[in-house]
Amino acid sequence: MSRPGRSSPDDGIPAAEERLLRHVDGRLHPDEQAALAAMLAGDPELRRRVAADRAADTAIRVAFAPVLEEPVPERLRRVVRDGAARRRELARMAAAVLLALLVGSGGGWLAGSSRQDGAPAETLAEAAMAAHRTYAVEVRHPVEVAATEEAHLVQWLSRRLGARLVAPDLSRFGYALMGGRLLPASDGPAAQLMYEARDGRRLTLYLEAERGDGETAFRFVESGKLSGFWWREEGLGYALLAETDREHLLPIARGVWEAVQRGS
Amino acid sequence: MGASPEAIAACLPALRRYARALVRDPAAADDLVQDCVERALSRWRLWQPTGELRAWLFSIMHNLHVSAARTVAREGRPVPLEPAVEPASAPDQLDRIEAGQTLARLARLPEEQRSALLLVVLEDFSYAEVARIQGIPIGTVMSRLSRARAALRDEMAETAILRRVK
Repeated sequence: MSRPGRSSPDDGIPAAEERLLRHVDGRLHPDEQAALAAMLAGDPELRRRVAADRAADTAIRVAFAPVLEEPVPERLRRVVRDGAARRRELARMAAAVLLALLVGSGGGWLAGSSRQDGAPAETLAEAAMAAHRTYAVEVRHPVEVAATEEAHLVQWLSRRLGARLVAPDLSRFGYALMGGRLLPASDGPAAQLMYEARDGRRLTLYLEAERGDGETAFRFVESGKLSGFWWREEGLGYALLAETDREHLLPIARGVWEAVQRGS
Repeated sequence: MGASPEAIAACLPALRRYARALVRDPAAADDLVQDCVERALSRWRLWQPTGELRAWLFSIMHNLHVSAARTVAREGRPVPLEPAVEPASAPDQLDRIEAGQTLARLARLPEEQRSALLLVVLEDFSYAEVARIQGIPIGTVMSRLSRARAALRDEMAETAILRRVK
């Protein structure tokens, strides 16, 4: 805070005025006590002012103290209770995701004929990888609709997929949205959003409308240099892919998941 | 810093008191608290537990109140001049009259000055915490407090006093 004798940072008020305010609030630095005593000693007007300020504070506190004693209305207590319940539910889901990551790390391979789950779930990761390989190398036409038309892009893809899409903001991970495109998929259209890092590395988020397969936890897949996380949640299947390692991709996948939860 | 439902529920009485001092109508005050808690809970997952829960809740409520006050200013709803709060029993008639004057002047303060003063007087937040809650530099906090107190004293000559005090 301010040194004795100097004005506040940002130069709000004169130092002497600040001294008085601090004194009224019982927050005066010990170094300033002498200066304050000198100010007050020769000035009954100032002493009257300090007394008036303190009386005003007391009046305010006394006037509103009864509110503290009132029983808290049920509707407010209910909001906290319901909010807490919702948060516990989300925390459980997050824990389930984390657990699946730990459990699935050994068994998340997708190579050749070693299939872990039923065919439909595998198809999401395969389709996403095929789309990534096809378009991430594109120099002239990496996307169909650019991020400059992001609102239109999201609206268009949401309409075709029949579910509310979100284009997560991944800038804090160093990836900027380039845009997206619509893709054919076995059970209806899918969408691909493409992001680019400053070093030119590309990341895609593949989205597929739900096919009644229900929720899955995070799964990790790897094929050649390409690795990714995929999961299903109400309404959509997601696959996040990039040519990078798992440790680098995991926080981004969590970031995507959180953005989807938020709806932004 | 744990943001448990118990911790939030424990802040409800203080939040209600601050809201009632800002908004005066008891139902509107509780609406403000409800909006505040709902917003806090929806942001819970994003909250980094480096700050203090109480200051965080009050800053949410402050932001909500500022937005609501702007809407009122735009729509031109008249703000009542008389406070809804009666001064609690004071020892003598003169004190009661002065307390009433203080509360009336409090009600007429510009929103940001009233808010800053209440955060200090009712909640004993530090000036730095008030600066964070209102999103302004500390110097501006001091300036708001100075003007608020001067208005409560109803001193037309406060600038003369400030010039005198070097």
